[in-house]
Amino acid sequence: MMRETLAAFSAWLELTPFSRTLQTVEWAIPAVQTVHILAIAAVMGSMLLFNLRLLGLRGTDVPLARVSKRFVPVIWGSVLVLLASGAVMIAAEPARSLLNPVFQLKMALLLTALALTTAAERPLRRRPGYWSDTVVRGRVARLFATLSIGLWVAILCAGRWIAYVAVH
Amino acid sequence: MLHVRGWLDWLYATGWASAIRENEYAFPWIECVHVLAITLVVGSISIVDLRLLGLASRDRPVGRVLRDVLPITWAAFGLAATSGFLLFASNAPAYARNPFLLVKFGLILLAGLNMVVFHWWARHSLQQWEASPLPPLRAKLAGAVSLLCWIGVVAAGRWIGFTMMSRP
Repeated sequence: MMRETLAAFSAWLELTPFSRTLQTVEWAIPAVQTVHILAIAAVMGSMLLFNLRLLGLRGTDVPLARVSKRFVPVIWGSVLVLLASGAVMIAAEPARSLLNPVFQLKMALLLTALALTTAAERPLRRRPGYWSDTVVRGRVARLFATLSIGLWVAILCAGRWIAYVAVH
Repeated sequence: MLHVRGWLDWLYATGWASAIRENEYAFPWIECVHVLAITLVVGSISIVDLRLLGLASRDRPVGRVLRDVLPITWAAFGLAATSGFLLFASNAPAYARNPFLLVKFGLILLAGLNMVVFHWWARHSLQQWEASPLPPLRAKLAGAVSLLCWIGVVAAGRWIGFTMMSRP
């Protein structure tokens, strides 16, 4: 049912003037992909420095709450750019992505990574020392950071694999 | 130029280059590593560049940002160069003909030159201005050149992939 709805939506989207323009203007797709990759670079750099600070491996001369304030908004801003540029790529070739299991996996991983980022960042707003208050919290913070790095790497790989997994 | 041609053909024919070309998983996975490495290069170096431009991390001395971030940039660059070489080898003669590859190499060289000039100039003067939120013009210039070079590298890289894909 879900699949049929997505297939019907893809078929409609493919024929819209916007989609047609994207398919015919040769530089449109690589240009949008470049924006997409630059936004991924901003996410990867920001999430890595935030998570390495949570792990106590980088930036230990700056309080965690300040590192969080410096980098977490960049993650959110970049995700907005990623959603917009991603939507344009979907519009250009709807079936290739919407019906692709790797794309669906990527979206699920993205939601998980964003939930994890929120869970790590939120407590710092009210209490800057939250993650170092107790030994257990310190462990949870390091677990969150490790999972988060793994998730973002997996999201990036899934993104690259969308192009290689055929949709039947 | 004959020996270059010969080297490209030799590279193309090596066992491991053939393996990357013929195995349906090898190329996409090496591409994942390459994209991951490049996003880490750009994502980390842009933190330095924005600090040099006085646009972010303004409350942190430049020297500390450099010490914190550059090891990540260099490790990621090593990974990007290695994975990039493997992708190149898999289809060496065709990649060598791609004009965007030349653009990309030129921009990486320019970014490297910019870095050498900046570090040479900053080796004595850094202590005088590193704590200031807004660095001197020469530092801002170095940050701007670096940022533009790396944006160009990402764009050229995306265009290499795009123009190679449409090859029969």
